[in-house]
Amino acid sequence: MNKIWNFQQYSGKSALIDEYGNHVTYDVLDSEANRLSCRIGHRCLVFALCKNEIGSVLGYAAFINSGIVPVMVSCHLEEVLLYNLLQTYLPEYLWLPKENVEYFGGMSVEYEAYNYVLLRTGYKKKFPLFDELGLLVTTSGSTGSPKLVRQSYINVLDNARSIVEYLKLDDTERPITTLPMNYVYGLSIINSHFLVGATLLITDKGIMQKEFWQFFKEQEATSFGGVPYTYEMLDKLRFFRMKLPYLRTMTQAGGKITPELHEKFAVYAEEQGKKFVVMYGAAEATARMGYLPPEKAVEKKGAMGIAIPGGVFHLIGADGQNVTNPLTIGELVYEGANVTLGYAEKGEDLILGDERHGSLETGDIAMFDKDGFYFIVGRKKRFLKIYGNRVNLDEIDQLIKGEFSIEVVSAGVDDHLNIFIRDEKYAEIVRDFVIAKTKLNPAAFKTIVIDEIPKNDSGKILYAELSKYYEKTKV
Amino acid sequence: MTNLEKYNQAFIDTFEITEAQLVGLKYQDITAWDSVGHMSLIAALEEAFKIMMDTDDIIDFNSYEKGKELLVKPEYGVKF
Repeated sequence: MNKIWNFQQYSGKSALIDEYGNHVTYDVLDSEANRLSCRIGHRCLVFALCKNEIGSVLGYAAFINSGIVPVMVSCHLEEVLLYNLLQTYLPEYLWLPKENVEYFGGMSVEYEAYNYVLLRTGYKKKFPLFDELGLLVTTSGSTGSPKLVRQSYINVLDNARSIVEYLKLDDTERPITTLPMNYVYGLSIINSHFLVGATLLITDKGIMQKEFWQFFKEQEATSFGGVPYTYEMLDKLRFFRMKLPYLRTMTQAGGKITPELHEKFAVYAEEQGKKFVVMYGAAEATARMGYLPPEKAVEKKGAMGIAIPGGVFHLIGADGQNVTNPLTIGELVYEGANVTLGYAEKGEDLILGDERHGSLETGDIAMFDKDGFYFIVGRKKRFLKIYGNRVNLDEIDQLIKGEFSIEVVSAGVDDHLNIFIRDEKYAEIVRDFVIAKTKLNPAAFKTIVIDEIPKNDSGKILYAELSKYYEKTKV
Repeated sequence: MTNLEKYNQAFIDTFEITEAQLVGLKYQDITAWDSVGHMSLIAALEEAFKIMMDTDDIIDFNSYEKGKELLVKPEYGVKF
């Protein structure tokens, strides 16, 4: 029973190639996936500790296709945060890199393939799983939040098909991994390319490493994805001078790119006969909701684009009515078959059915121009994107309060998170704590000591008041 | 400041570390030296030595020691 992909159909073609010369064809992927899923043998919950390696992708493919439900987390997730997540969801198995096994003494090794190991956790209690539930992804991965997004098989298949259609993917594509696969954008690249029998080039190296570019050139990568920060770095790396004749497509998501960079990459792509595709999405919509057709990239710089095939956008104004006039702001609402089932915050939620019925209030404030292209102008919810990672500010506050029992509130702009506290002596340790927990680059975090946390008469924090402390630090 | 002091200071300031941590320090050994930190380090070094590094050297720069080897190249001319 193949839930999503028919690997046999591409028998003989290359599915996965890594930087160490390992090569997995679609028929080998099919048989290896079957061996792994047969070892588990029944529908259950598995924690997949992800990294960009063949074993990690193989595990994901095996679980999804055979109805085993993976919870996708980073293999670098901080230990205490991982432990808390495991205690919340009590998975029957873990699928993790061999070198991480030592942290899980007491669990038994059941199977091994491509440097990945299957551990049986031994947790006695099991939570029942909703029939359509395909996988679970984190909402704010780096804070270890127990809040997961419940994605169905239909969600994954529908979104992958739509991506194939608007990016015009076929079996000659060779995308190189630049994003973690526990991140829905990274996962969507795997999902859509498996659907067309393309070849994934898999590396855990990043764009700042020589090995990455060697692998890129040797294997003739045709596409990659990046968050806004990726493109800032590529620009500084003098990317435009590199010779990459096989590169066809660059996609961008995970936050809003500056209009200047948008234009730079769009112009480069146009001149070189390549495509630069700005996209918009969220884990709550499986991955993608909108894209800017590449032929409009220069003309509509700064825009997020239009809804993907099969989806619809509309805006709800402050009066609760549909916005019908251009250049009028409202909350962006998306409708499509890729809108996920809902959230889970505890094990008992895994049995829940579809709570959204195909409609998602994104929490983003947007407007459209006279041609119907959407622009994101703000955000309703309390989260920031730090180097493309969604970081929930309330969860950061909770983590700090839990550790230090002090009054704290965090606020900021993307890539710049400010932690407001009242007691000077905590300034350094609080910041160090947040860096250690999130494992994000310290440059994104700043502590600001203030006399009083601004609140209204009923004690509600006035977040907007805080902005005067950091508006000037905005880049 | 000598060139070595300038070189060390770029690491110390960018990664918020001490001089004792420098020898043997490699890319991704510490949270601060990830791709984000790498770009900041390169910017700090370019500023300190008034140079402009080539792409190939930026991506080859994977340790405290390797960086020194790269900066003494004739095109940068930094002497330690």
